Amino acid sequence: MEGQGAGRFPGQAAGTGGGLMGGAFMQSGTSSFTEFLAAYNPEYLPGRRMAALGRTGGSVPLDLPHGTTIVALTFPGGVLMAGDRRATAGNMIAQRDIEKVFPADEYSVVGIAGTAGIAVEMVKLFQVELEHYEKIEGVELSLDGKANRLATMIRGNLGLAMQGLAVVPLFAGYDLESGEGRIFSYDPVGGQYPEHGFFSVGSGSVFARGALKKLYRSDLDATGAATAAIQALYDAADDDSATGGPDLTRKIYPVVAVVTEEGYRRLPEDEVSVLVHEIVEARYGSPDGPQAPLR
Amino acid sequence: MTTPFYVSPEQLMKDRADYVRKNIARGGSVAVLNYDGGILFVAENRSRVLHKISEIYDRVGFAAAGKYNEFENLRQAGVRLADTRGYLYDRRDVSALGLANAYAQTLGTIFSEAGGKPYEVELIIAEVGDRPEQDQIYRLTYDGSVADAHGFVVIGGAADEVSRVLEGSYAEGAHLGAALRTAVAALGRDGTETRELSPTQLEVAVLDRSRKRDRKFRRLVGAQLSRLLADEPGADEAAVSDNGNGDNGTGDGGDADGADAAASAPTAGEGGTAPASGGGKSGAKSGASAEQGDILDDIDDVLEDGDDEAGSRG
Repeated sequence: MEGQGAGRFPGQAAGTGGGLMGGAFMQSGTSSFTEFLAAYNPEYLPGRRMAALGRTGGSVPLDLPHGTTIVALTFPGGVLMAGDRRATAGNMIAQRDIEKVFPADEYSVVGIAGTAGIAVEMVKLFQVELEHYEKIEGVELSLDGKANRLATMIRGNLGLAMQGLAVVPLFAGYDLESGEGRIFSYDPVGGQYPEHGFFSVGSGSVFARGALKKLYRSDLDATGAATAAIQALYDAADDDSATGGPDLTRKIYPVVAVVTEEGYRRLPEDEVSVLVHEIVEARYGSPDGPQAPLR
Repeated sequence: MTTPFYVSPEQLMKDRADYVRKNIARGGSVAVLNYDGGILFVAENRSRVLHKISEIYDRVGFAAAGKYNEFENLRQAGVRLADTRGYLYDRRDVSALGLANAYAQTLGTIFSEAGGKPYEVELIIAEVGDRPEQDQIYRLTYDGSVADAHGFVVIGGAADEVSRVLEGSYAEGAHLGAALRTAVAALGRDGTETRELSPTQLEVAVLDRSRKRDRKFRRLVGAQLSRLLADEPGADEAAVSDNGNGDNGTGDGGDADGADAAASAPTAGEGGTAPASGGGKSGAKSGASAEQGDILDDIDDVLEDGDDEAGSRG
């Protein structure tokens, strides 16, 4: 907003004809909103302003886990993603009800682990990126195309990631061409990895993945997948202080979203509440969760 | 003949205006109307993939008449401007008025520039509100003039003739089907004979205020469009109920899929999603790239005639 645009309507470029919309807006030639924004004013990209301020001092190793757990599972006809609600700053709980799972567009969902400020801005940019492409081109990107765009955005954040401000998303969507749910994971350098069955990211991901190893079946329905996801998040919260378990007194439950051929749907609070209460009730009898057979 | 040493500004502007007006009148017309559920766009357009009517943003739609590559350029610039503003501020801060002002400045500059050719375009920017009183329709002409319109506005082709017809037939607060039939009848009466335009010769879209998604723009295609034109019972309800999360705003809904999905769509109270026509969408996508490759040479002709016959003009 500041810098080049101060006091002027966005798009007013010096020296070119075409009035307000001359310059970058009329000559862009790309369907990517991120590329357009980078050409128009790179300061508007997430985290750029911070990167320009120089090193924050005290670098953090890239593989430091980030406070969160996000899980994703495929099931016949779709994919489910769920995330916890806790944001931490050091040893303090910064927010109890932060949302980390968002619709990227009608047929895909993204969950974020990492530095909350940059991550949320990146999700917002990603949503606009996908919508922008669809409006300019008249047709939606393929699911692989969307996954690749997200990888490019993560790669663009590498400078900040190396200063300890990484963003690690988990991306999933319903592939209209194959009729399946698919999951993609990322690393801070923008590597993109298709995952099969289930996956998890964040500081609690190790525990969540262990739980899902025993709970996951490939033929769950949407409710079964939601239950497995909430169990995994519960186990993650049980062992990771940066992951929040369900807050029954305040009625703060994990965000659970499902993507099928009918599109993105976030499970309403009362639906999630029913599942959470069933799970918690059973934990009174078996605190470590459902027991798996030995063989 | 000697080249004139001096041309008066009036003559210069008049020549440019005449040139543009003549070319805009050669194409087909686009009509934009208020109806009870929002704003309706109807254009005579035989192409399935080259659009005269488009989505700009959540509540803002765009319609144009004239030279395709010129208004397509303006359309894309408008989408970029809207997405940038919505991203830097908030989605609610994108308005038709802001866009109309930006377009007016641009068109005005282009028209007045000594060296260049004026854009042969006429635009409509419309925004749907939560209530009918909040709906806005702006008409922009080739020289950057803006006028806000109420009820209906027609651009391109025999706009004056079609407007005259609508003057008599337009009714405020009509249902979608009735408004559509009124518009199509008027578009057909643009010359000496009265033509009856079939669904394949039309491009129709709405900004539907009752849609649960933020993005209110929706195309009406295939069986859904045919049912509305034929005034079939239940067509209005089916068109309105098919407005849940499962709808893709810009893509073709597919033919049979669209109507069947509409017929079995959940009611608004369920909070579920309307089934999307997944098969139809991927079909439309591959068709789009094939057709665009063939007809980029004579795009304006295709808009009017539907085939790549370079000779005939609509």
